[in-house]
Amino acid sequence: MTADLPQTSGRTPLLNAEGLTLRFGAIPALVDVAIDISAGEVLAIVGESGSGKTTLLRVLSGMMAPDAGTVRWLGDDLHAMGEAARRRLMRTDWGFVHQNPRDGLRLNVSAGGNVGERLMAVGARHYGRIREEAIAWLQRVEVDAARIDDLPRTFSGGMQQRLQIARTLVTRPRLVFMDEPTGGLDVSVQARLLDLIRGLSRELGLAVLIVTHDIAAARLLADRMLVMRRGEVVEHGLTDRVLDDPQHPYTQLLVSSVLAA
Amino acid sequence: MTGIDDPRASGTEGYNFAYLDEATKRMIRRAILKAVAIPGHQIPFGAREMPLPYGWGTGGIQVTAAILGPADVLKVIDQGADDTTNAISIRRFFTRVAGVATTESTAEASIIQTRHRIPEKALREDQVIVYQVPQPEPLSKLEPRRAETERLHALADYGLMHVRLYEDIARLGHIAKAYDYPVMVNGRYLMSPSPIPAFDNPKMDRMPALQLFGAGREKRIYAIPPYTPVRSLDFEDHPFRPIRAPHACALCGSTESYLDEVLTDDAGGRMFVCSDTDYCGERQVAVAQEAAE
Ligand SMILES: Nc1ncnc2c1ncn2[C@@H]1O[C@H](COP(=O)(O)OP(=O)(O)OP(=O)(O)O)[C@@H](O)[C@H]1O
Ligand SMILES: [Mg+2]
Ligand SMILES: [Zn+2]
Repeated sequence: MTADLPQTSGRTPLLNAEGLTLRFGAIPALVDVAIDISAGEVLAIVGESGSGKTTLLRVLSGMMAPDAGTVRWLGDDLHAMGEAARRRLMRTDWGFVHQNPRDGLRLNVSAGGNVGERLMAVGARHYGRIREEAIAWLQRVEVDAARIDDLPRTFSGGMQQRLQIARTLVTRPRLVFMDEPTGGLDVSVQARLLDLIRGLSRELGLAVLIVTHDIAAARLLADRMLVMRRGEVVEHGLTDRVLDDPQHPYTQLLVSSVLAA
Repeated sequence: MTGIDDPRASGTEGYNFAYLDEATKRMIRRAILKAVAIPGHQIPFGAREMPLPYGWGTGGIQVTAAILGPADVLKVIDQGADDTTNAISIRRFFTRVAGVATTESTAEASIIQTRHRIPEKALREDQVIVYQVPQPEPLSKLEPRRAETERLHALADYGLMHVRLYEDIARLGHIAKAYDYPVMVNGRYLMSPSPIPAFDNPKMDRMPALQLFGAGREKRIYAIPPYTPVRSLDFEDHPFRPIRAPHACALCGSTESYLDEVLTDDAGGRMFVCSDTDYCGERQVAVAQEAAE
């Protein structure tokens, strides 16, 4: 368990990247992006639609290669370590929570099977224990354990996201990528889900790299934040500093439009 | 498998020995050698058109044709029986194009081509069993993209298959797969044993005979070399169990063989008999002799 690790940055990062650049034809999706995240830290990436947030997560998690720049996991070049090693990371030390639960769940597999999959992928072969663990995780994310054998398509959007989180955290990853995990949900459901994410990340000492449109969510969850615009990081720093004393005109606009709303 | 390339070993006029030309046979043998070198791993091969439609065992036939020599004795079974249309036509085909001897006796055969069963009698080191395979990819139902299944095999990423078994137990209390029950070969590759009953799976484990698998439509060959460990997937608390109907064979009395349920009349009369006709026949003779003594 990593719960006793310090909660702020400034130590050897788990993941760091420099000079990330990626174009889609004429579109500069990433422009010389640098980022780092340490154990137990929550880092929010905010920015308008199309600013490159999802692309950044995909490059950082090795799903996509940049045109230039490097990503390092514990100091090792991610794109040099080979696909097998990256996939192993993806099912052990890392987790990915997608905006659309359909991308992160198996809809034709029961809730229990969804939570158990990562356990089985890393070698769990005792049905009873896999099931116990699945029940414990359903309870932890506040999904009724009696629904363990139901298919996720019968769940509400909020429940599907909770299930996706349980399925991701069951193997105790060290770093979780979340791409707008509360997007598309009712405001009240969003708030409860954010509370859950905050609670779990603290309890488990998780590092979380979360993409969000929602400045309030960033304020609630994040130790640090990073503001993107047209593929560039225009500002980054401690969340309170960025939100209370924004330096870049775009951030100032972003913060004032939230306050005005 | 003797004298494979013997030029005198020509079959019927107009055909090369065993139908396939020598270049094709060499190509298939190369695939077989690769398959033997990586137990359970599927090797692509340039499957040829055969004078039989897919679904009639063209993959198995090509493998058999590539390893057959004039001194071989061939047995062909379909669902355990030597006398079904499919088995008879494949046997006739090889009699015609290779002039080899055929047999219904498991013990006498040097090559056994099969669909859906492994003979009850234990196979020996000097025998080869060739399976006809409709779908070589054990993950095909869970992951339809072939590039992705190849990646899963490369990384030995088989959690998904266990999810499938988990779902069976969660819904039904037991693993429902009665045929084509997935196995791990040599602790490395997940493999489809072809649609044999799960009852036959334990026979594959450390079998002294070489096991070859040919999928014609899917153009894949794979193999299990002699004495290779083959394990049926399961859970520690839900171990694999080979299942047979809880009856004795109505003809030979066997309580160990795999049974088929057959209708005996139009009035719904039924009985259970061995699916392996050679095994059953031998036992009937033995029982009759015992009775006579
Ligand atoms: N596969 C792709 N092919 C071409 N262009 C792409 C591709 N993926 C993203 N883009 C473009 O790259 C830019 C950044 O996209 P990205 O999805 O990273 O933005 P985002 O910040 O996640 O936006 P949103 O908030 O809408 O999710 C956009 O202009 C987008 O249209
Ligand atoms: Mg996005
Ligand atoms: Zn019998």
